[in-house]
Amino acid sequence: MRERLRIDWILNAIFVPLVSVAAGFVVAGIAVAATGADPLAAFTALFQGAFTNRNAFPETLVSTVPYVFLGLGVALGFRAGLFNIGAEGQFYIGALAGVFVAYSIHGLPAIVEIPTALVAGMAGGFVWSAIAGFLKARFGAHEVITTIMLNYVAFLLANYLVDTPGLMLAPNVSTPRTPDVDPNALLPIIFAGSRLHFGFILALIAVPLVWFLIERTTIGFQLRAVGFNQGAARAAGMSVGRTMVMAMGLSGALAGAAGIVQVLGVSHHMTDSVAAGYGFDAIAIALLARSNPWGILPAALLFGAMHSGASFMQLQTDVSSDLISIVQASVIIFIAAPAIVRWIFRLRPEAARSVQITSREAETPV
Amino acid sequence: MNTFLSQLDPVSLLSITLVTATPLTLAALGGMICERSGVVNIALEGIMLTGAFVGYAAAFATHNLWLGVLAAIAAGMLIAGLHAVLSINFLVDQIVSGTVINILAVGITGVFYRQFIESQNTAGPGTFPQWNIPVLADIPVLGPIFFQNQFVTYAMLALIVIVHFTLFHTVWGLRTRACGEHPRAAETAGINVYFVRYVNVIASGALAGLGGAYFSLQQIGNFLPGMTGGRGFIGLAAMIFGQWTPLGAFLASLLFSGSDQVGSRLQSVFHVAIPLQFLGMLPYILTIVVVAGAMGRAVAPAAVGRPYKKS
Amino acid sequence: MDLEVQWGEVHALLGENGAGKSTLMNIVYGLARADAGTVEFDGKPVQVHSPQDAIRLGIGMVHQHFMLIPVLTVAENIVLGHEIQSAGVMDLNGAYLAVRKLSERYGLQVDPKTRVEDLPVGIQQRVEILKALYRGARLLILDEPTAVLTPQEIAGLFQIVRNLTAEGNAVIFITHKLAEVMAVADKITVMRRGKIVATTTPKESKPPDLARMMVGRPVLLRVDKGPAKPGDVMLRVENLVVMDRRQTVVDNVSLDVRAGEILGVAGVEGNGQNEVVEAIVGLRATRAGHIVLGGRDVSRRSTRRRLHSGLGLIPADRHRQGIILELPISDNLILNRYDLPPYERWIVRQFRAIRATAERLIKTFDIRAQSPDQPAASLSGGNQQKLVVARELGAGPKVLIASQPTRGVDVGSIEFIHRQIISQRDAGLGVLLVSSELDEVLALADRVAVMYRGRIVAVLDGEGADRDRVGLLMAGAT
Repeated sequence: MRERLRIDWILNAIFVPLVSVAAGFVVAGIAVAATGADPLAAFTALFQGAFTNRNAFPETLVSTVPYVFLGLGVALGFRAGLFNIGAEGQFYIGALAGVFVAYSIHGLPAIVEIPTALVAGMAGGFVWSAIAGFLKARFGAHEVITTIMLNYVAFLLANYLVDTPGLMLAPNVSTPRTPDVDPNALLPIIFAGSRLHFGFILALIAVPLVWFLIERTTIGFQLRAVGFNQGAARAAGMSVGRTMVMAMGLSGALAGAAGIVQVLGVSHHMTDSVAAGYGFDAIAIALLARSNPWGILPAALLFGAMHSGASFMQLQTDVSSDLISIVQASVIIFIAAPAIVRWIFRLRPEAARSVQITSREAETPV
Repeated sequence: MNTFLSQLDPVSLLSITLVTATPLTLAALGGMICERSGVVNIALEGIMLTGAFVGYAAAFATHNLWLGVLAAIAAGMLIAGLHAVLSINFLVDQIVSGTVINILAVGITGVFYRQFIESQNTAGPGTFPQWNIPVLADIPVLGPIFFQNQFVTYAMLALIVIVHFTLFHTVWGLRTRACGEHPRAAETAGINVYFVRYVNVIASGALAGLGGAYFSLQQIGNFLPGMTGGRGFIGLAAMIFGQWTPLGAFLASLLFSGSDQVGSRLQSVFHVAIPLQFLGMLPYILTIVVVAGAMGRAVAPAAVGRPYKKS
Repeated sequence: MDLEVQWGEVHALLGENGAGKSTLMNIVYGLARADAGTVEFDGKPVQVHSPQDAIRLGIGMVHQHFMLIPVLTVAENIVLGHEIQSAGVMDLNGAYLAVRKLSERYGLQVDPKTRVEDLPVGIQQRVEILKALYRGARLLILDEPTAVLTPQEIAGLFQIVRNLTAEGNAVIFITHKLAEVMAVADKITVMRRGKIVATTTPKESKPPDLARMMVGRPVLLRVDKGPAKPGDVMLRVENLVVMDRRQTVVDNVSLDVRAGEILGVAGVEGNGQNEVVEAIVGLRATRAGHIVLGGRDVSRRSTRRRLHSGLGLIPADRHRQGIILELPISDNLILNRYDLPPYERWIVRQFRAIRATAERLIKTFDIRAQSPDQPAASLSGGNQQKLVVARELGAGPKVLIASQPTRGVDVGSIEFIHRQIISQRDAGLGVLLVSSELDEVLALADRVAVMYRGRIVAVLDGEGADRDRVGLLMAGAT
């Protein structure tokens, strides 16, 4: 029994994700070949851009940082049976709230300024995401639709704030952007000669913290109970609505943390930039990690590497960086349908179950 | 008062509202037949994007808009087929499966667009001509609104009627609704639930693919990455607000597209100082409000979203 | 195993929950696949791969959970899959006509244009039978058909069954109730743990013999209990009104539960019992009325506060409300106290205390598990139910709401749960027992309240409650 469980665990947690990633690259390679380009050249460039070029690996780690926070956020939502597809909007709102605080404060020591800005960013993400949680709890509006719509609203809001004089637009700039954050609010560089910043350490700390929250606290227990079975959670005296708002809020707070950490560590201000696909990336990472906080680290590293290598690949081989979306989609397919992997490898059935995200009961329609 | 009306120009306002409601309605109809059979389809957005791209690419290559529209429909059916395989055969969570397709659509259209279309400088295939229906087009008010349109809009109007009739007056419609409400009961009555769901999911891909063709072959005659801009999701919201009925979904789509038009009209005609971004938010916020408000009395198919497993 | 059914006979398939009766019949109906063995029909071996095959052969099945689509009309449900049509377009008038003809022929009156969700369950069952007959069924399988009926409706069903067999059809009657077998069966096949243990007739075997064959050991057919010693009122429900989608589902219900007594609520399912239970616990909004728990009005309190002030709940559907299958047994055993000391300190869960409680409860309540860490899903139905009972009684409540406490549970667990409820009653617990099994209510309750269409139509003394009289009250007779 125990032996059998162990084999199943290895199969589920390691083998299936590895095979899925490999299969993802195969599918993407076929797509590249279909366009007439050379898939091997493309993937070689991708690898070089991610790891072996000068300064490539630190850059990959820089890209990994926001993915860790985003992946943790979506995974936390999954555990509560919530499909937070709006991590990107929460990222922007978090960054906006944080950057506003970080360029407004002056002259305080870093030990005060950085946490203040981080808290502001997380609060921004929390509130934005909790709106969707509230709408689901109170009115039954499905979070997939509301979080997507909130994404668009967030982009336009960010655009408005950053573009409008007298609001967050910096004086005397050629392209619209906010003022730079206070120097004391910047996250220090931890690897000289690169852009790798202290946010990487924060990401490494966030993983065990989120794990502890989910697995060892009553808040996490409540999230999981609601995620599994709302009816039983309610009958046991839990407030399902409050738990949903809390779960969505925490999920958004982590996305907000990704946003503000990116500002304090990398960009130092915000532009009126457009969608970067963070929301879908985050979902792919959380699925690849099977919603386990520890699994988020390798998954985020993989996506960080792809993200970081993609621009070099596009430059070198003229294959669109959108290629990594194909890898992502294929990876999710194989992860979410282990039956396909089993079928390919003729494995014993029942070893893996398909992923169940949304809770079974009291589901609201999409 | 007269100048107010003439400046607002209600006829052209309604006519543009109808035209921009076209992709929303088609997405809503697609989502509807899919959900009526028990499968959630949040992939509509990605299907439309794929349809828009493939339609444009085919029309570009063949210099034939009709082949373009056929290709858009076929591409929609193909990619919806993937949703069907994943969610019906492999019992993948239908939301996950839909998300996959949305991501995949971004990837495929992005990669192929860059490789084949972006660098071309020959002229595009153009857009569908406006067809004025003889006699009817000359009716005041109604004529300009309904009978002076392009192909996809006419097709949308016809499909509202077709989907309504199919769902509520045919054997196929009865079986579809049975599968969405209580698949096990349908199976015990001798209905092949998988088959019914497959056909409906793939048909929803055809509708959304046609909706995609609206963007590239009717609206602007070009393809731009991400050009569907969330219309698939808004269409889904229109379906919910319309209580899973074709006419309701059409009216809801008109509401969404109308809010867009009224906003920009206020801006341009009356110089109301609303920041552009807030006007842009209007349909999205309206969608949120409507989905939250409509849900209280929603009549979603009872088994929608649940994979059906034969015992 | 072998099972042989003759034309013109009522063949009862008797066995406990989980004995394999439904699985066997699902194989015959093409809903499940057999690993080995053959099915013969009319003397010829047949392959039944799907319900379509079964229907073609003339086999019809009325499932325990009706296979009807609530939002469709009676006629639509009956013709579904075999529609009357021209070129794919529904001929609804033809369907109405066909249904009317059929219901006249078999004396099963029902309006073809009504939506199924608007019909009482007894009539829905009639629709199910018509559905099978419409498809030309000659062998009709009835799976636990009496669970939702009043005694009088059961008698009506038996009449229908006899009419059918008199015309030369055959009926397989799946049940776990001995009295029904004795009343209706020509032949009886007893199943235990997936095997057929005997085939007999009502003449050859009497109820105690059948019970022994069914369970594998002698069974007490009645519950031992002494007289109640009622104390103070622990739970008072005053003029409760509950609405559901603009309909009154609980209509001015008042009742008292005293310490040391069991108040049983009898009634056909769907007459408002569930809503009363959920309103008491705070899971359902009330339109009017008060819930008083131990002298304190808790009508405006949250479920959590009510549970913490001494209310225990065994919910009717354990998978929907009772346990979380994916979580370990230990977490399920403290599900309603997870955030109280000693299970929580600040916000951190205290696994040592959780485990200690779990091990104690597993032992006391005889939950057959290897470890408290295994998921609740790995337990059998009876042990899952014992888990719920252990959690609720283990907390030492003042009032226990037990809704269908033994549904879908094996005889051993039923006896255990009944004994627990009675011994806790003797220790001063007030119990509100809601059950659609009339025999369970009559066996356990000290007083019996009868619910019909959202109202309590009578409260009788448990000792003097007469089965037939309660049955009539359940059907709305006054």
